[in-house]
Amino acid sequence: MNHSPANDQPRPIYLDYQATTPCDPRVVQAMLPYFTEKFGNPHSRNHMYGWEAEEAVEKARGQIGAIIGASDKEIVFTSGATESNNLAIKGVAQFYKGKKNHIVTVVTEHKCVLDTCRHLELEGFEITYLPVKQDGLVDLDQLKAALKDTTVLVSVMAVNNEIGVIQPMAEIGAICRSKGVFFHTDCAQAVGKIPLDVDAMNIDLMSISGHKIYGPKGVGALYVRRKPRVRVLAQINGGGQERGMRSGTLATPLCVGLGEACEIAKAEMADEAKRLTVMRDRFHKRVTDGLPEVFLNGHAQHRVPGNLNLSFAFVEGEGLMMAVKELAVSSGSACTSASLEPSYVLRALGLEAEMAHTSLRIGIGRFTTEAELEFAADLLIERVTKLRSFSPLWEMAQQGIDIKSIQWAEH
Amino acid sequence: MSYSDKVIDHFENPRNVGSLNKDDTHVGTGLVGAPACGDVMRLQIQVSPEGIIEDAKFKTFGCGSAIASSSLVTEWVKGKTLDEAAAIKNTHIAEHLALPPVKIHCSVLAEDAIKAAISDYKTKHNPSKDGEAAE
Repeated sequence: MNHSPANDQPRPIYLDYQATTPCDPRVVQAMLPYFTEKFGNPHSRNHMYGWEAEEAVEKARGQIGAIIGASDKEIVFTSGATESNNLAIKGVAQFYKGKKNHIVTVVTEHKCVLDTCRHLELEGFEITYLPVKQDGLVDLDQLKAALKDTTVLVSVMAVNNEIGVIQPMAEIGAICRSKGVFFHTDCAQAVGKIPLDVDAMNIDLMSISGHKIYGPKGVGALYVRRKPRVRVLAQINGGGQERGMRSGTLATPLCVGLGEACEIAKAEMADEAKRLTVMRDRFHKRVTDGLPEVFLNGHAQHRVPGNLNLSFAFVEGEGLMMAVKELAVSSGSACTSASLEPSYVLRALGLEAEMAHTSLRIGIGRFTTEAELEFAADLLIERVTKLRSFSPLWEMAQQGIDIKSIQWAEH
Repeated sequence: MSYSDKVIDHFENPRNVGSLNKDDTHVGTGLVGAPACGDVMRLQIQVSPEGIIEDAKFKTFGCGSAIASSSLVTEWVKGKTLDEAAAIKNTHIAEHLALPPVKIHCSVLAEDAIKAAISDYKTKHNPSKDGEAAE
């Protein structure tokens, strides 16, 4: 276990790689010169300080393009995937609103996509929210049926942040292209985790995040296709940087960090995916061998290597997180959200609210070790067993009482 | 969110976890909450012929604050008369455990559990023989 310098308390094992990732030290090394000696404004055209910063930013643009099969000219820097999603969806909707006004998205999208769509509804756009199947995947026939003459954009995330399932990108892209509809995808959780190719998958716009791929927080990118050209209305106005799509001085160190993170991911993705898949499956087996009534949420195969979303029946998720405070994980239980509603993603799978309350998301990544996962699995087995020993629901289940047969007073 | 020391103490060392025989006439059982809402509390009290709560047990499905609230009330109701136990308010529980606003519902549930257990005990006894233990 690591120790924090502040109080020398042991720090929990980090198993929340879908929330964020630590910066790779190689990324930090690449960034450092651009804070100090190479501090120039990349938009300064008249001296060396500007030129070297610009060169660094343009190199990063190429590194980002390379991991998704795009040209550097198609990469727009943003502050992160939330901004990229806003720019893509609002930008396309508002630019083409004279011709088309309908957008199709999915109920399990990230809040920043759903909230952007809600905002567009207020502006008069029509939004279709597609359901997902029990495994978390989009039904392609439902997608086809949802497309209309007025549909301008389909926005479907590649990898879900809670359950890690991978949507059929190439199939969705083909459907969109055949109907002349732009295809935007939130790839915050996908870049560097699964192979992506904007041409093979017919992706027109792609949101990218820095801090999900061992890069810095505060930077992201939006891929915007040039051929055939996709237009977006700028959401931030100013000096016209990023070909007018996103004004504001670029944060050179952050751009460099994102570029370096992409380059590392591109080189190491295949090996990393293999290693994480083995580790994850071993962990999953150890937990389910040691505990009955543990259920995997989301498709078992079509998921990223670093994600497990498990429901530990009869044990409430937040209570469980408190019981495994040696681990930094997250839960889909109500108590972890301000709204007191359980995860809308898990509910969208058709999961009963009581099962959604018992879920834990375990996210592993580049710096996770076998020893950490063995410890984590054994701890989960021990603590879930303890919490079940004081769960009235577990007692009822052991006595063969059907919990659904009881008249509960919902509060 | 961080938890108060008292919540952590009750959560890690819960008092009076367990079950009493719900069919025993001396035992009152309160089962409140709902699995769909993420918390279910079962509080059981064992009442002496003199009307004193001499034992209390709980089992709770819920977050740390819910488990701590139910653990705490099992300590508080022991040795009290039914009327004294019924006077325990959620605000006392919330204050003692320093629950944040988002967790107040846990203390409300604990108060409801006491009232439900007392009510169950009373319905097992003939209301006309109030105060006497009906055997």
